[in-house]
Formats: sequence, C-alpha cells, structure tokens
Amino acid sequence: MKLLVLLAIVLLIIAGHQLLRIIELSRGLKKTKEWQLTNSDNNLMGRGMLIFMILFFVFFFWQILRWRERALPSSASEHGFKIDWLWDVNMNYIVIPVFLITNFVLFWFAYKYRGNTNNKATFFAHSNKLEMLWTVIPAVALAFIIIFGLKYWNEIMADASDPNRITVELYAKQFDWTARYAGKDGKLGTTDYRQISGSNSVGMDTSDVLGHDDILVKNEFHIPVGREIELLMRSRDVIHSAYLPHFRAQMNCVPGLVTAFKFKPVKTTEEMRKDPYVIQMMAGINKQREKEGKEPVIFDYLLLCNKICGASHFNMQMNVVVESEKDYNVWLAKQKPVKAMASK
Amino acid sequence: MGTKHTATELEHGHATHHDHAHDHDEHHETFVSKYVFSMDHKMISRQFLITAVIMACVAMTMSVIFRMQLAWPGEKFAFVNALLGDKWAKDGILDPNMYLALVTIHGTIMVFMVLTGGLSGTFANLLIPYQVGARDMASGFLNMLSYWFFFVSSALMLGSCFIEDGPASGGWTVYPPLSALPEAIPGSKLGMTLWLVSMAVFIISSLLGGLNYIITVINLRTKGMKMTRMPLTVWAFLITAILGVLSFPVLFSCALLLIFDRSMGTSFYLSDIYIGGRPLDNVGGSPILFEHLFWFLGHPEVYIVLLPALGITSEVISTMSRKPIFGYRAMIGSMLAIGFLSFIVWGHHMYMTGMNPFLGSVFVFTTLLIAIPSAVKAFNYITTLWKGNVQFTPAMMFSIGLVSSFISGGVTGIILADSALDINVHDTYFVVAHFHIVMGLSAIFGMFAGVYHWFPKMFLRMMNKKLGFLHFWITFISAYGVFFPQHFLGLAGVPRRYYTNSNFPMFDNLVDINEICTAFAIIGAFGQVVFLFNFFYSMFRGEKAPQNPWNSNTLEWTTPVAHIHGNWPGKLPVVHRWAYDYSKPGQEHDFVPQTVPLAEGEHDGGEH
Ligand code: HEM
Ligand SMILES: [Cu+2]
Ligand SMILES: [Cu+2]
Repeated sequence: MKLLVLLAIVLLIIAGHQLLRIIELSRGLKKTKEWQLTNSDNNLMGRGMLIFMILFFVFFFWQILRWRERALPSSASEHGFKIDWLWDVNMNYIVIPVFLITNFVLFWFAYKYRGNTNNKATFFAHSNKLEMLWTVIPAVALAFIIIFGLKYWNEIMADASDPNRITVELYAKQFDWTARYAGKDGKLGTTDYRQISGSNSVGMDTSDVLGHDDILVKNEFHIPVGREIELLMRSRDVIHSAYLPHFRAQMNCVPGLVTAFKFKPVKTTEEMRKDPYVIQMMAGINKQREKEGKEPVIFDYLLLCNKICGASHFNMQMNVVVESEKDYNVWLAKQKPVKAMASK
Repeated sequence: MGTKHTATELEHGHATHHDHAHDHDEHHETFVSKYVFSMDHKMISRQFLITAVIMACVAMTMSVIFRMQLAWPGEKFAFVNALLGDKWAKDGILDPNMYLALVTIHGTIMVFMVLTGGLSGTFANLLIPYQVGARDMASGFLNMLSYWFFFVSSALMLGSCFIEDGPASGGWTVYPPLSALPEAIPGSKLGMTLWLVSMAVFIISSLLGGLNYIITVINLRTKGMKMTRMPLTVWAFLITAILGVLSFPVLFSCALLLIFDRSMGTSFYLSDIYIGGRPLDNVGGSPILFEHLFWFLGHPEVYIVLLPALGITSEVISTMSRKPIFGYRAMIGSMLAIGFLSFIVWGHHMYMTGMNPFLGSVFVFTTLLIAIPSAVKAFNYITTLWKGNVQFTPAMMFSIGLVSSFISGGVTGIILADSALDINVHDTYFVVAHFHIVMGLSAIFGMFAGVYHWFPKMFLRMMNKKLGFLHFWITFISAYGVFFPQHFLGLAGVPRRYYTNSNFPMFDNLVDINEICTAFAIIGAFGQVVFLFNFFYSMFRGEKAPQNPWNSNTLEWTTPVAHIHGNWPGKLPVVHRWAYDYSKPGQEHDFVPQTVPLAEGEHDGGEH
C-alpha cells in the first residue's frame, strides 16, 4: 500500500515535470511572452473587479441580514442608549456609506478604465480643489464624531456622584470573579494583598472593622434596577478586564490599582427574558444547543473576562442578576458577612 | 502594454552609459561572501524576502490550527497532533495553553518578522539604492548585520516553539504581569525569555536597517534626484525608517525593564500581586507603564507596517494606470502627517485601562486627526485610476485590493478611535477584524504587489501571470471572507483570545460565523501554495526578464538585467524629472524615464 502511494507520487512528479517542460518549450515558440498583458487579460480582470464588487456588496448585506439579529440586544443600561445611538449614527451615516461609496468608485474605475492598447490615459497630476475637498469633508465628518463622542465619553466616565449609588467591588483572579458588597455600614473595608489566604480570598485587611460586615459572593451577583451602580475593580494576579456587554460597560482590572465604572441598569433579568429580540436570540442559541445535544438555557446577564489572563481566560464569567430593589434587598439580607464566614 | 522598448532606446538622453569609468569589483567572490555574508543590497533584500516567506508560512499554519479549534472545538485533528505532539494536542485536541501560544507567536511573527523585517527589509533594501541612483546602501556592512540580526531573531522565535514549556503565550502585546510571572502561565517561563531576547535582537536589526535607509536616502541620491523628485516608495521607506528609529528604542527599554522584572527582582511593572500561593514583594510598579511604553512603539509600528505597502502601491498604481500618481505632494504631505501623528495617538489602545478620561479625550482627538491624511491617500489612489489605462498585472490587482481593504479597515478604525464606542468593542473580535483588514489584508497585499512587480529586478526572471491572477483572487476573496464576518462576532460581544466560544451558552448561536471564517482561512492557506510554487519555480525557470517589463520611469529599470556590484556599469544615471511622467501629452511613448532630460519649455512635476 505504502509502495503504491509512493509510486503514485513519483509518477505524479514525473508527469508534472514533463508538463512543465512542454509548457517551457512551447513558450519559446510564441511571439508574446506569458507575462505580458493582452487586451483580453485586461478585459477579463476588469470585469472580474466589477463582479467582485457585486459579490462583495451582496456578501456584506447578506451578513447584515443574517447576523444582525445575533448582535447584542439593545442596551440594558442608561448610558448604553447613548452609546447605541452614537454607534448607529456613526455606522449608518458615516462608516457604511463611506465604505460602500469609495469601494464602489474604486472597483468601478478599475473596470471602466481597464487597459486597452488603443487607449491613452489622461495626464492629470493634481488639483488643489479636489484635494481641498477631500481634506475638508472628512474633517467635518470627524468633527461631528469627535464632538458627540467626547460629550458622551466625559459623561460616562465621570466619577460616580449619585449619593444613592450602590458600590460593588469586582475582584478578579485567575480564573474567577468575586463581588464584594459593603454590608450594613455602607462602607467597603480596606484591603491588603499580603493578607490573602485560603479564608481571606480577596485580601481584606482584617484589622479594619469596616470590612467585617462586607459581603462576598461568587458565581452570581445581584444589583437592583434603576439605581446607579458603581463598580470598583481590583485584581489579584494579572490584568483582567471586567466586560459587561449587555450594559455597554468595560474596565480593566489592574493589580496595584483600583479602577472604576458606573452604570444604571434599566431592565431586570426577567424583563430581558421577555424581550422579543432576546427571545429570538435565545431561540437561535437553543437551536444550536439542541443540535449539539445540550440542554436549553434561558437568558442571563454575564460578566466576562476580556483581557488575556491565562489558560482559562475563556472560562471566567459570572452571572449578573438585575432585579427589583425589593428582591435585591431580600437577596442581600440572605448573604453572610465576612466575619461570620471567617469564624465558621 | 503599450509599445515595447529595447534597452538601448531606454537609455536615450544620456550617453554616460558607455564609459566604464567605474570599476565594479567582481573579484574573488566566494559562495559565502556572495550568498551568505553578502553586503550587496540586492542579495540582502532577497535574503530578507525568503526568510520572511518562510516565517509567514509558519505563522499562517499556526493560524489555521487555531482557527480550526475555534470552528470545531473539541474535534480531533490528526494533523494537529502530528504537528504539535501529544503534549500540546493530545488526541489531536489543541491544549488551551498552546492555543494562546500559537496566537501569540502567530501575531509576533506576522507583525514583526513578516510585515516589519520582511516588508521593509526586502523592499527598502532593494529599492532605495536602485531608485535614488546609488551604488549600494550607505553601509553595506551594517546592512549585512541588519539581516543577520534579523535571521537570529527569527530563528530564536521559531526555536522558542520547541522548548519544554512552550513559547511565549501572553499575546503579541505581552502585557505584564502575565508575561512577567512564570507562575501565571507556562509560556512566561523560558518561552518568554526567548521572546524578549528575540525581540531585542530584532530591534537591533531594525535600527541598523533603518539608520542605513535614512542615511542612504539623504546622502546618496544621484545628481538631479531632488527630494521632490523621489518616487513615493522611497519617501515611504524614509518615513518608515524614521518612525522605526524613533520608536523601536522605546520598545527596547520597555522590554529591558520587563527582563529586569522577570529576572532581577525589580518592580517596574509589578505591584500588589499574590500568585502561586504567596504574595510577591514587588510594590510600586505599574503594568500600565508597560502599556504606555509598548504602545508608544506599537502605534507607530502599525504605520511602519503600512507605509511601505502604501509606497509600493503608489508606484504600482501610477505605473499600471499609465498616469501620474494623483497629488504627489499631497501624498508626501499625508505620509509626513501620518508619521508625525502616529506618535501621539498610542493611548487609543488604552481607553479601558482606567486612564484619566481627559487624557482619553486627547487621544480621541489626535487619533481622529490621523484619519484625515489617511482618507486623502485613499481618495488620491482612486483618482489615479480615473481616466487611466489600467493594466491588470498581478501587482496592480493586489494594489487595488490594498486600497479596498485600507478603506474597509480604516473606517472601523474611526469607530474604535471614538472612546465612547470603544467601551463595548475594545478587545472583542471587532478589533480583530479591524486590524487584520488593515494589516493582514492591506499590508500583506502591498507586499505581494511588491513581489510581483519587482520580481524581475530581484531574480531577473518573470513570474507567471496566470498563476498570479489565480493567487490574487483566492487571496482577496478568502481574506475578506475570514475577517469581514468577525465584525459581527464583535457586535455580539465575543472577546478575543478565547480558546473556545462554546464553553458557556452566550455565543452558541455564532458557531456558523466561526465556521465560515475558518473555511475561508483554509482555502486562503491553500491559495498560498499557488504563490509559493510560482515564486520558487519562476526564480529558477521563469521567463527571462527584459530591461523594463512594465515600461516604468524609475531608475531601477535602467540597470542591466544582471546583478552587478554598483548597480550601474558606467556612471550613475542623472535624473532630470520626477518619476510620474506617464502618458504625458506631447511625448512619443506613454512613459518618460527619469533619466530623460526635460525638453525646451517642458515642465517637471506634473505641470504641462
Ligand atoms: C484610520 C486609521 C486608523 C484608526 C483611526 C485606527 C484606530 C484604532 C484603534 C482606536 C484601535 C484600538 C482598538 C481597541 O483595542 O479597542 C486600533 C487597534 C489596532 N489597529 Fe488601528 N486604526 C487605524 C488604522 C490602522 C492601520 C493602518 C493599522 C495597521 C496597518 C492598524 C492596526 C491596528 C492594530 C494592530 C490594532 C490592535 C492592536 C491590538 O490590540 O492587538 N490600524 N486601531
Ligand atoms: Cu481573566
Ligand atoms: Cu493604534
């Protein structure tokens, strides 16, 4: 068997070699060289450019039609609406038109002005007017992008100032998240990474009494709808990134620093589950899961790690539950404070 | 292709050709001095190219492996096991650590070895002396060193793939503490050390090369070659080299501090870390410092990658449209603007690090400014085609492909530059799509265009046209096919550098998108076999190159079809006009080489 394969390969090589010889010999006889372009080459490739453009645009719209409904649902946080609005305006009125028009003109010119031995190109080396035009137009479009972008950016990134806000600390380590709540006193205790141990996983400073009533949760954390949430982020080992795509929120977790991001959830998990868009999205997910023999799931907000952090970077999430303030308080009351856990 | 010219016709206008005043030292060439430790820019250029082609093949194979993992996680692939062994791919299932290692080394090789070393090394070396009319680089010796440092660096990078704990695996940006702490990931043991050494050597290579390019352009231009007559290729290589010389030293210090942190117990980048069951002593450092230093190089780097490709394209598009490049001076101006601005935009990679929002605003502003000269360039390319007589050589097709992808990738850059919008797509596949379309398509296409266009000067033979067409279409279609759908993964919130997207339900409905990307990646990879065959076959058996196959104006086509020391057998050519007199009214042919004197009353530089 192996011999046969070997033989076949040898024969193939010989055949290929002979074929090349013939081609090489025959090209000595031809007047035009293989590498020289003919009018028919130019016609063929010029048309190819046009056909490519059509296929490219068809592919583009096909993707939009097919995959539009797999994009994240519309924002579940207040500031996220601004981001979504700005995204749509930029995309629909600037990015996509520019992409379509300039690509169209490019391929159209390539097709229209495909070479021919009878043609002569027009000597047209520059035009101040035109060059001015396409310096000024992008500048105007960009001015719009900058003005709105920065307005929203500054609003979104301003320090949390709502006196009614709830502060939650997200603590990242390889490869999971811990959320810490302030407890009854409303204040988070200070931390000291040197005190990290099996029973003090987030490195609370045990001498700080403010921390004794702090609450630690894993796997899932709850927040109330309609209240400003201030997230503070820390990391134990390497850089992670707290990514909450449904809330349009992201911030890196950097060892040695405390970073922050604030947002106000506007839809509870239950409301999201009833949202028609989310329902069709989950149907898509469950269809695929059925194919793979996995059990169906329902929608949950997720916190993901979005900065490469090691082997299980892909497997570092935490559920987020958004609920009414009442449910939230009930849930919070059931959680045990740190002191109680440590002494257990 | 218009009318054909003989070699002697081309030299009309200056008779200097016939006196052999210059003695070209062809004495005692040994194999070693000619092919190995050569100081000749043409040979060094070929060495760079072939090394880069090999490195690109390795990096591409890596990408096929991890793309298959993404499309069919948990599937067993015998060939993956055959390539990686039982340790990294037991039963043919890729190990998560190896996944990250492959992503890291793929990125590093592509960005640095292929698109920086390979692209600049090949074409700046080949074209600067040829196109400015110099006998060689300013320092042949440093040029030789530049290649051999590049070779050592590439070899180290490849070698690091074969060690016990695997190569570096913290991503091509190697952010500490992940890259600093051996406990954090196996790739941060010896693999990371080798990565850093390899990069340090690479930086030396790049600096030696860059200084040489700058000095050659400034000092060795032939008579009449004013700066404003230089082809845009040379301008692009010059600006690229300046960017490299100013920014690579910063990467060097960045890497050096990381080496200190890793092996000498310093704390430049480390603070408050608990890992491997114990708290580390390091306090006071900051990983953010690393990011600043890295991206201070990193952003200019993306233009170091792109500008040479744009330079090549300018030349090819003008020649093959048989028209002057539109807005020559605007092209130079925009390259200078891009070069300058690229030093003050690096913060756009760091919006989400917790930087002061005001600082972020400044970077938004500068980053969006850079889009203006980029747009000017794109429009000028398109206008060059207008009313041209477009000759679709494979080089021209790749150049048109470059312009298309530069637009498609550039417009998403505008979105990412807007910090408010970046919040939700930073580090997702939207970014992956953006930078692959500008680097993996545009810059690579520029490199292909250069190879097809200047192959006759490099290897004195022609590449096969039909295979070139085939290669172009497979590459163009599959490259867009791989990366365009990734925008939609980004819109669905898929983070990058995930070993699999099916570990939890959120992304289960995106399986088919991942499969499409992977299918195109495999097709595209096979398409490169066409190129490899054409490249190596034509090198030895292609048709003999004529003097000036593309009826081009630049000086390299006045050199004899042979590789001789000193490039021109007689005196150096004298330049009388800019490089873009194509289809000039009142001229006999549709091109006027730079060596042809201006006629009475004729204007230079596009006026007529
Ligand atoms: C119009 C011009 C461009 C703008 C405004 C722009 C903007 C940006 C921004 C803001 C990011 C950061 C995105 C993020 O991480 O969230 C980015 C990433 C990137 N861009 Fe561009 N870009 C432009 C052109 C280019 C070009 C021409 C190249 C290369 C040839 C390039 C290569 C990259 C790379 C490699 C990254 C990702 C690096 C990484 O995180 O691994 N960009 N770009
Ligand atoms: Cu992580
Ligand atoms: Cu950048």
